Amino acid sequence: MKKIGILAIQGDFEEHKLVLKKLGVDYKFVKEKRDFEDIHGLIIPGGESTTFRKIIRNYSLEEEIIKWRNDKKPTFGTCAGIIIMSSQILNDEEGFGYGFLDIVIERNAYGRQRESFIAEVEYNFNHRAKVAFIRAPIIRKVNKGEAIARLNGRPVGIQDENFIGITFHPEITGDIKLHEYFLKLVNSSG
Amino acid sequence: MFFNENWEIKVGLAKMLRGGVIMDVTNPEQAKIAEKAGAVAVMALEKVPADIRKEGGVARMADPEIILRIMDAVSIPVMAKVRIGHFVEAQILEEIGIDFIDESEVLTPADEEHHIDKHKFKVPFVCGARNLSEALRRINEGAALIRTKGEAGTGNVVEAVRHMRLIQREISQIASLREDELFRKAKELQVDYNLVRYIWENGKLPVPNFAAGGIATPADAALMMQLGAESVFVGSGIFKSSNPEKYASAIVEAVAYYDNPKVLARISMSLGEPMKGIDIGKLKEEELLQTRGV
Repeated sequence: MKKIGILAIQGDFEEHKLVLKKLGVDYKFVKEKRDFEDIHGLIIPGGESTTFRKIIRNYSLEEEIIKWRNDKKPTFGTCAGIIIMSSQILNDEEGFGYGFLDIVIERNAYGRQRESFIAEVEYNFNHRAKVAFIRAPIIRKVNKGEAIARLNGRPVGIQDENFIGITFHPEITGDIKLHEYFLKLVNSSG
Repeated sequence: MFFNENWEIKVGLAKMLRGGVIMDVTNPEQAKIAEKAGAVAVMALEKVPADIRKEGGVARMADPEIILRIMDAVSIPVMAKVRIGHFVEAQILEEIGIDFIDESEVLTPADEEHHIDKHKFKVPFVCGARNLSEALRRINEGAALIRTKGEAGTGNVVEAVRHMRLIQREISQIASLREDELFRKAKELQVDYNLVRYIWENGKLPVPNFAAGGIATPADAALMMQLGAESVFVGSGIFKSSNPEKYASAIVEAVAYYDNPKVLARISMSLGEPMKGIDIGKLKEEELLQTRGV
């Protein structure tokens, strides 16, 4: 059985764990270099992207993540996850992410916490779900990839082959369909 | 979902802050140091708790101008404190766009009988608790996040440890009850039956549970995490130490790797002087902050 790693240095990794448990999938938390060895897919949860990047750098996870990207292994990021997967980041000290997805993303683009909301998104696999947008980013430009999820017609999630990034949290409202979709991707890739 | 959608979004932000450190800051420069060190949020204050304690007088919400300057300086969420029961201070903070409000015993209470009705707000609230009964009353009032009270501004972790252990113990006691014993338990704790039932079914609070009050070193932070805290608030501990940059970074790493003594040993080395602590046993009863707002 294939195993999913959840990057667990900070954020809502417990919520992703609960979804994987519900789906009966083998999972582990990824916090160190060696944790990458026996996993087949990687979930990057929500949280603070600035905190993620600091720990990723200080604990030599950066080279593993870049290698993971170069090997095109299945990766699924939510909110802070899509931010660090992006090639360009607006409203950010550094301005660039790890380039899994060739998109331009803007952090905290809806505003502050009082502008956070729950809304229904439409997936491109014939499914609609209520999900949470929490201090969410906005995808400003897509250079490569397809919209996998839309909110009022605008892309809020992008898939480029084995890489999926979404600006919202299905794991907070408990919708499991996108995780299921990601698992299929993991199972179909070598 | 326990209450409604508005509450769920608020708890959602609390969940995003897990596994992180929330640092007290008093100006934009400190806020930037905190963000750079990897803090998940900052608490904007006029004075850190150690100075509030030293100076005495009535401690109130910070000047919104100071808070706004801190909000402009960083991209991570910004929190600020209001007095217990002072819902107008909370309205003001919500108006300026604060991301989280701490209804805090560190400030002088404005109401000795009522806490703020936090369901009325779009902005999430965090509240302190010494035990499960306090925690559940705050959740019932709409708190999206619970933290231990500890004893703020002392640099002494003993009270935070006491409160975290007690809350965890009370949670496991409920989980071990028979279903028909939950009614009596709710009565005993003076809280809503459904909250007690939630704990019985899930073995945890319906909101995240963080640690605060006296955490001064990376080891203190990791101790609280190992005792079951999901994140850590560090008040005076960082900017009252001899090397705030180093302390801030080390505490962030200590929380991420709280169960890894190898990492903890490395980051605890040559940090310089921690904040000077206070022996809580020497404080007079009226100097304790934790007994405010029960």
